Amino acid sequence: MSDTLSTAWALAWIRGAQAVLSEHRMELIDLDRAIGDGDHGENMDRGFRAVVAKLEAGADDVQGVLKIVASTLMSTVGGAAGPLYGTAFLRAAKAADGDLDSDGVAAIIAGALEGIVARGKATTGEKTMVDAWTPALEAARAAAAAGATPTATLRAAAEAAAAGAEATIPLRATKGRASYLGERSIGHKDPGATSTAYLLAAAADAAEAA
Amino acid sequence: MSVALVIVSHSVQLADGVVELAAQMARDVLLRAAGGTDDGRIGTSFDKVEAAVAELRAGGHDVAILTDLGSATMTVEAVLDFLDDDERAHVRFADGPLVEGAVAAAVTAQVGGDLDAVVQAARARELFA
Repeated sequence: MSDTLSTAWALAWIRGAQAVLSEHRMELIDLDRAIGDGDHGENMDRGFRAVVAKLEAGADDVQGVLKIVASTLMSTVGGAAGPLYGTAFLRAAKAADGDLDSDGVAAIIAGALEGIVARGKATTGEKTMVDAWTPALEAARAAAAAGATPTATLRAAAEAAAAGAEATIPLRATKGRASYLGERSIGHKDPGATSTAYLLAAAADAAEAA
Repeated sequence: MSVALVIVSHSVQLADGVVELAAQMARDVLLRAAGGTDDGRIGTSFDKVEAAVAELRAGGHDVAILTDLGSATMTVEAVLDFLDDDERAHVRFADGPLVEGAVAAAVTAQVGGDLDAVVQAARARELFA
């Protein structure tokens, strides 16, 4: 396990994300059917398959990988997740400077959250992916400040994102398509927060396997 | 410089239908539908919106873009983010109800309204209130 996360990690992350999103495709579809339009599992699976195909040509650095993810998701994911994750990866790419140390990990998560907030204009507590990214960033910053390795920083972020996704269950949606359901959105886990947790878990898994 | 419209909908048929409807009252206005995903499913396509805007800009038109739902608006805003700074003054998101807004915007463009006027007209509910 090295001290910084390299291009090889970024490529392994995205390949791992594709596998995990493919594996959980039906779960995401079911979650989205409950409170949305039901396309999230299909869209994420399709988007990340396209990303992995694009990345077969490789990339120069972590930033390069994240940029390819951004542009490919933007063009291939038809639902709200396309512009949201596309913008997230674009801002994450801008924040990535060479290989990532622990602060670098926190910086790309901060970039991603900033992109999602800018694009979706959501804040915490509205039952969206912001409810997973926000605790992930807090956990990553705390871990980095406490001297954790980049890998441990990612794991802390992933665990916080998963807890954040679980915590969307009792929330009433006030943003996005689920908000049309009002009270009936309560009791369901937000699909975007769930896919965020899978994405960050894949990032931590790839770092631990390196 | 005349104003052209791009109609962005999750549905191919809905985008085409709004174009058909708006064209009836605005024969000389260029209207482009950007409906559905690249492979025609329900959703919106960054590439379709970008291509429609590029085509209309290449023809020398200012462009107003209307959308049906929030995620279509996010796609449009992403496209706007990717425009060069000097292009941004010529391409605007027009926030309004899709059908009424498109008809009001198209009629305003037909009678020679500039981009500001067309974008304003797209808020059709205010207009007809």
